[in-house]
Amino acid sequence: MIYFDKVSKIYSNDPSGAVLIDVSFTVEPQEFISIVGQSGAGKTTLLKLLIAEDKPTEGRVFFGSVDIHSVPQDELSVVRRRMGVVFQDFRLLPNKTAYENISFAMEAAGKTNKEIADSIPQVLELVNLVDKASHFPNQLSGGERQRVAIARAIVNQPDVVIADEPTGNLDPLNGWEIVQILKKINELGTTVLMATHNKSIIDSLGKRVITLENGRIIRDDKKGRYVL
Amino acid sequence: MITTKIKRVLKAGFVNFWRNGWVSLATVLIMAMTLFTIGSIIFSRALILSTLDELQNKVDISVYFKTDAPESDILLLKNSLLKLSEVKNVEYVSREQELKNFKERHKDNALITQSLEELGSNPLGAALNIKAKNTSQYASIAKFLEDALKMEGVGSIIDKINYRQNKVIIERLSKILDSSKKIGFSISLILIIISVLVVFNTISMAIYTSRDEIGVMRLVGASNRFISGPFVVEGLLYGIIATVITMIVFYPLTMWLGPMTESFFGRINIYDYYISNFAQIFFIILSVGVGLGVISSLIAVRRYLRS
Repeated sequence: MIYFDKVSKIYSNDPSGAVLIDVSFTVEPQEFISIVGQSGAGKTTLLKLLIAEDKPTEGRVFFGSVDIHSVPQDELSVVRRRMGVVFQDFRLLPNKTAYENISFAMEAAGKTNKEIADSIPQVLELVNLVDKASHFPNQLSGGERQRVAIARAIVNQPDVVIADEPTGNLDPLNGWEIVQILKKINELGTTVLMATHNKSIIDSLGKRVITLENGRIIRDDKKGRYVL
Repeated sequence: MITTKIKRVLKAGFVNFWRNGWVSLATVLIMAMTLFTIGSIIFSRALILSTLDELQNKVDISVYFKTDAPESDILLLKNSLLKLSEVKNVEYVSREQELKNFKERHKDNALITQSLEELGSNPLGAALNIKAKNTSQYASIAKFLEDALKMEGVGSIIDKINYRQNKVIIERLSKILDSSKKIGFSISLILIIISVLVVFNTISMAIYTSRDEIGVMRLVGASNRFISGPFVVEGLLYGIIATVITMIVFYPLTMWLGPMTESFFGRINIYDYYISNFAQIFFIILSVGVGLGVISSLIAVRRYLRS
């Protein structure tokens, strides 16, 4: 359902170092894929290209059968609702409570008040945050913030959850909890694409691992381990 | 669904305004200062126009008639003057009234009062006080009268035309009136431009601090309208609240200044003006406030919605 077709990304003000070179791979539905590599390997850029936060210099990125970067601006928001995104720095709306952060995603998708009232308690339970629903982000710990972010990412039942270093700002225990939640989401049927350089997580998952080095894919293992 | 969307946008705008606390307050106060400037311009304009009006009224041409001039002839002249397009009105002052006015004007002058008593009879003739619609039109009225003076009949009853003496003053006054209006307009324009820019900048900066959130909202899949809506509602709120504050501030201010303006400028009491024109003033200031708030917010948000 996701297809990277010979994608390259070169920043015009740094022609010496291309960030991504000739990247091609396919993501099947319900897969759990970890994208690993050192800092600067191109993991974040790859995900940015997928969510259309940036454009590729060469090649195309397909979501479903649609070339993401040929979608006109005003329709892009509709495509993005089929992706749930989780970031290393959480990116919650600071003036909204946990509940409101999650409901924002549903309101943006035009869901009714009834649908919102039904879905959010379920999703809060999934991430174990029912009693913190009315807290603001600055009243939550890092782990709790990330869980709100995940809840927001899945509440619209997206086709894929894209997580860019979701455990990057968390301690090992919280990080492990986050990955367990992502695993659960995947088991319930959602495709998950996760960029990370957390060795122990990769090794414990035993799922497909795509390894990036200097902008190229050097390994693509169905049951991968963290090997650099 | 449309009403739900509108309700959501309205609610978000109100909630954001409230939760932004100090930033909202600061923006409202700056907007209030701008609206205060505009209100002051409105009041100043009223003062200037009223003063100029007063001055214009003080200027007139007086035709003094000989003591034996028959009233019917005087009234004939009055009617032909009224037919002139430049004439606003003509006041007939009888001999008795002229004497009364004269006594009143010089009541503190013992010499004049005594001389009048000595005289016994009324030395004054009747008069016509002619007011033009515009100070620039006195010249043509004066010409008409001077032509009349040359005519038989009419010419014999006129004693004096009091214009040539005032001509210089009248012309100077016309010039001052025109320049005052022009200067007033220019100053007002500059003030308005400056204060509009200040408000626009303030709102832009407030929205600048939300640029990351706008980015997040885009990534989560919100449409441009859903993102910008609440900001526009906040702009609306800035305008409405600032208007209320401004109108409230003007109340005691005009009450305090009212008597002063009356004594200094003459007829106009700024407090009475405020109360009697309350609805129009409120409407003007509200339109400016809301327009400024909404447009500034829209422009500022648009900047972060373009990739």
